[in-house]
Amino acid sequence: MVKYSIFSIARNALQGHRNWPEQWRSPEPKTDYDVVIIGGGGHGLATAYYLAKEHGITNVAVLEKGWLGGGNTARNTTIVRSNYLWDESAAIYEKSLQLWEGLSQDINYNVMLSQRGVLNLAHNLGDVREGVRRVNANRLNGVDAEWLDAEGVKDFCPIINISKSARHPVLGATLQRRGGVARHDSVAWGYARAADARGVDIIQNCEVTGINRNGGKVTGVETSRGTIGAKKVAIVAAGHSSVVAGMAGLRLPVESHPLQALVSEPIKPVIDCVVMSGAVHVYVSQSDKGELVMGAGVDSFNAYSQRGSFHVIEHQLGACLELFPIFSRVRMMRTWGGIVDVCPDASPILSKTPVEGLYINCGWGTGGFKATPGSGWSFAHTVAKDEPHPLNAPFSLSRFETGALIDEHGAAAVAH
Amino acid sequence: MLDITCPWCGKRHETEFRYGGEAHIARPENPSGLSDADWADFLFMRKNTKGPFAERWCHVNGCRRWFNVIRNTASHEILATYRMGETPPKLPGGAT
Ligand SMILES: Cc1cc2nc3c(=O)[nH]c(=O)nc-3n(C[C@H](O)[C@H](O)[C@H](O)COP(=O)(O)OP(=O)(O)OC[C@H]3O[C@@H](n4cnc5c(N)ncnc54)[C@H](O)[C@@H]3O)c2cc1C
Ligand SMILES: [Zn+2]
Repeated sequence: MVKYSIFSIARNALQGHRNWPEQWRSPEPKTDYDVVIIGGGGHGLATAYYLAKEHGITNVAVLEKGWLGGGNTARNTTIVRSNYLWDESAAIYEKSLQLWEGLSQDINYNVMLSQRGVLNLAHNLGDVREGVRRVNANRLNGVDAEWLDAEGVKDFCPIINISKSARHPVLGATLQRRGGVARHDSVAWGYARAADARGVDIIQNCEVTGINRNGGKVTGVETSRGTIGAKKVAIVAAGHSSVVAGMAGLRLPVESHPLQALVSEPIKPVIDCVVMSGAVHVYVSQSDKGELVMGAGVDSFNAYSQRGSFHVIEHQLGACLELFPIFSRVRMMRTWGGIVDVCPDASPILSKTPVEGLYINCGWGTGGFKATPGSGWSFAHTVAKDEPHPLNAPFSLSRFETGALIDEHGAAAVAH
Repeated sequence: MLDITCPWCGKRHETEFRYGGEAHIARPENPSGLSDADWADFLFMRKNTKGPFAERWCHVNGCRRWFNVIRNTASHEILATYRMGETPPKLPGGAT
C-alpha cells in the first residue's frame, strides 16, 4: 500500500498521476477463511479492518454482491453525531464519534469529517421538554450538548425562519457542536484499503446465496462464485439482513423500508451547519460542492426496491420551505433511495446468534452511518472472542425475549 | 406512489391508505402458556419477505376498513387484494 502523504502526491504529480496503484486488490476467493463477512458496506468493511487491526485476524474475506458503496453506505445523508438519549446508545455512538475524530489519520484516508455542529429542532412544548431532557442526559454521559432558544438557533443558522406564525414554529434546538458530516464513499473505500493492506480479501460481485451449517455450527457460505468455507460468518447486510439471516433459518425483528434523499443544484455557501427536525422530517446540510443535501422520511411499506414514493419527497420539501423560505427557487437535481433495516425499538442488533459461529450486525435503520466505526470496532470483538463487548452487549438479539428494549425513537426519529 | 385497489371502494392513490405490516399474524390461542421466545416471535419477529408478501392496509381516508394486499416488495407490483377473513388467493410461485 502506498501511504498517502504530501510526498506521495508530489512524487505522483511529477509522473502525471499515471502510477498510483490500485487502492485494494481484487483477489479470487480462497477455499477457506477464518472469518467471512457478508456485506461490503461501511459496517462490514469496518468490522474486517478492526478484526485485522485489533485482533490480528487477517484470514478474512468481505463478500459484496455488488460494488463497494452500492448500498446505504454511499446513499445516506452523512450526518454524524452521538447525542442519543439512553446510556447504552450514548456509549456506542460516542465511541463511534471518538473513532471518527481520529479516523482519517488511523486509516490514512481523508474521510472529510467536518464537525460543523448539528441542530435538532423543537417545534412544540413536548419537543422542547424532550430536547432539554436529552441535553441533560447527554451531558451526564460525557456527550457534548447544548440547548439553544429560538434566537440562539437563528444566531447559529441565520437563514432559518423562526417566525412564530410558521406552521411548525421553531421554539429551540439541541446543538451538538462535535456533530457534523463526513464523506460517505471515502468511508467505504478507506476502510477497504486499510483492511486490504492488512491482508483482508475484498471480493466484489460475489453474492451469498446460502449459509452452510453442520450440527448447529456454521461451516461456510454458498456464493455466486462457488462454495467458501469459514470458521465464522458475520452477517452485515443492512437492508437485506432478513433475507441473509433467513438462509440460516433465523427470524429477525427487522423490517426493510425505502428511505430517500435528494440534492439540489450547487449554490454558494448558505448553511454551514446541519439542521434536523424529526417532527417535520427535514434534515439538510450543504456539501463541499455546494449542493443542499436533504433527507426525507421512510416509505411506510416494506420494500427492497431502492426507490421510494414521490409524495414522501413532496412532504419533506413542503416542511423544508417553511423552515428555509430562501430555498424556494432552488432546483433539485437528483433523488434516490436506500433500503433501511428498521428495528421495533429503533436500536441496532450486534449479536451472537443461536447458530454457533454465526454473528449478526443489523437494524441500524435510518441512522447507522454515524455508527460505522464504533459498530465495526465493537462487533470485531464479538466475532473474534465469541462474546459480546460491553458496548454492544445491550444490543443483543435476545433483548426481544427479555424485553430489555432500548427505545431510541426520540433520538433516532426518522432522522439521524 | 402505489395505486391500491380497496376491495370496497376500488382503485385509489396510496396517500388515502395507511400501512399495517405483515398480514395473517394470529394472536396466540393460549397466551398464558407461551414462553418468552414464543412471545418475542409473535410480537417482534417478521418475515420481511423479498418478493410477493401478504400485508395489511387500511383505507383511512376512505371507507376506513382494513384489508389484505399481496405485493411484490422487490418490484412494488400489487398481485391481489382481498378482504379481511378471506383466504389469500393462490398465486403462481406460491406467494407470501
Ligand atoms: C437515504 C438515506 C439517508 C441516510 N442518512 C443517514 C445519516 O444522515 N446519518 C446516519 O448515521 N445514517 C444515515 N442513513 C443510514 C445508514 O446509511 C445505514 O444505517 C448504514 O449505512 C448501514 O450500514 P452499511 O453501511 O454497512 O450498509 P450497506 O452499505 O447497505 O451495506 C450492506 C451491504 O450488504 C450487501 N449485501 C446484501 N445482501 C448480500 C448478499 N446476499 N451477499 C453479499 N452481499 C450482500 C449489499 O449489497 C450492501 O452493499 C441513511 C440511509 C439512507 C438510505
Ligand atoms: Zn375503501
